[in-house]
Amino acid sequence: MSTPAATAMTLGLQGCHACGLVSRPVPGADEGSCPRCGDELSFRKSASLQRTWAFLIAAAVCYVPANVLPVLTTVTASGRDSDTILQGVVLLWSPTGWPLSLIVLVASIMIPSAKIAALVYLLVTVQRGSVESNVQRVRLYRMVELIGRWSMVDVFVDTFTAALVQLQPLMSVEPGPGLLFFAAVVVLTMLAVESFDPRLIWDAASGAEVQRA
Amino acid sequence: MTSLLAALWAVVGRVRCLPFCATECSEHAAAAAVGAKRQDRAAEGRIRCSISGSNLAVYNQPLPDAALVACPHCDLLQRLPELVPGASARCPRCDKELWRRREDSLERTLALALAAAVLCVVANFVPMLGLSAVGREAFTTVFGGAEQLWRDGRETVAGLVLFTAVVAPALQIGFMLAIVLGAQRERPPGWVATLLRYHPTTATWSMIEVMMLGVLVALIKIADYAKVIPGLALFALGALVFVLAAMQASFDPREVWDRIEWAEAVDRR
Repeated sequence: MSTPAATAMTLGLQGCHACGLVSRPVPGADEGSCPRCGDELSFRKSASLQRTWAFLIAAAVCYVPANVLPVLTTVTASGRDSDTILQGVVLLWSPTGWPLSLIVLVASIMIPSAKIAALVYLLVTVQRGSVESNVQRVRLYRMVELIGRWSMVDVFVDTFTAALVQLQPLMSVEPGPGLLFFAAVVVLTMLAVESFDPRLIWDAASGAEVQRA
Repeated sequence: MTSLLAALWAVVGRVRCLPFCATECSEHAAAAAVGAKRQDRAAEGRIRCSISGSNLAVYNQPLPDAALVACPHCDLLQRLPELVPGASARCPRCDKELWRRREDSLERTLALALAAAVLCVVANFVPMLGLSAVGREAFTTVFGGAEQLWRDGRETVAGLVLFTAVVAPALQIGFMLAIVLGAQRERPPGWVATLLRYHPTTATWSMIEVMMLGVLVALIKIADYAKVIPGLALFALGALVFVLAAMQASFDPREVWDRIEWAEAVDRR
């Protein structure tokens, strides 16, 4: 797409992620510490692809019980009623309450699945050495980084619903087993985003140095 | 989260080990023996006890040009221009914002961090939501939400809620206060660098604004079958969302990094 650019790695330099200082590793070393802030430096995040895949697969595995198991159980005099995330969305849907329902739908169902799909796409294109649409891909990464935290909304909704509705013996709400898996999906995808190194997107374009990471 | 623990460990380890490092710390003596091989390879690498206590740090060599940066998202090497306050520099290749210079950064951040600290205390220690139904009233705080979750047998999720809604925001504000106060000195000491390094992690896991949305959804959901009474903490949280965002936005880390005492120099002392 573009001519090989002068990246820090091709010039044998390392930029610090914490303080931004660019420094040169001592001769013969691939890793070192930043002389200014002491953070560990390497050319690329270590084992970035493997770690991202691992977190992502774990998240995908948790995604199934997160959606199948109930997240809230309502206990009333007439019995117990368990709702999954999707059932919660449907229950919230009413002529006046639909914006709320939409918030939960987007935050709890669309964001996590879109996040997993986007990261899989990024990983696959990086591994295939794609040089296409680098700018769009790094934008996608930033978007995933930015909106990922919002899927925690459902965890908070269920926490405070359960904490507040404690009117035994009339009615009480308990968190269900799905909540743990749902929280796990959020945390694991956040860790996956953190371990992915967006600089890998550009490495295919800048030549043969990719393998050094 | 792991790096946050590492930050705490770094601070503790430093207090514990530094006085002994030069002469008698056996942990470091053993580590130095292991590190000897690395020393051969890196002939000019200065190997010292690092602040984490048991690792050996081989410091990279700095470059003479301090304005050089590598884009964190595409690694393009570039030179930052001088900016007027309010202006920002972006990477020409991937459009990542590399630096935004802030006006009066330290003073404004200090003011906002103090405000955030007060709001954070209020938000956590007074009732947030109340519920009134069939002649009974019940109130809960943020902490109470996590506690109820714990009692219902969801300990892990309770821990996560407590961490993202109480601990991480408190650390985020506390770190920021300490950083800004430490940076008032002409040459900010080494611990400011440690806090500054881990501050972005605390910001990542601090989810006050997400919790706020969650609380509002829960509130409207419950309002269908009971009367919900918003507490003082709810308003404090609402304000905290904006104050925190403003605090993050007014802070310019480069201003502190430019003056900080280098880790290399701290170790050599």
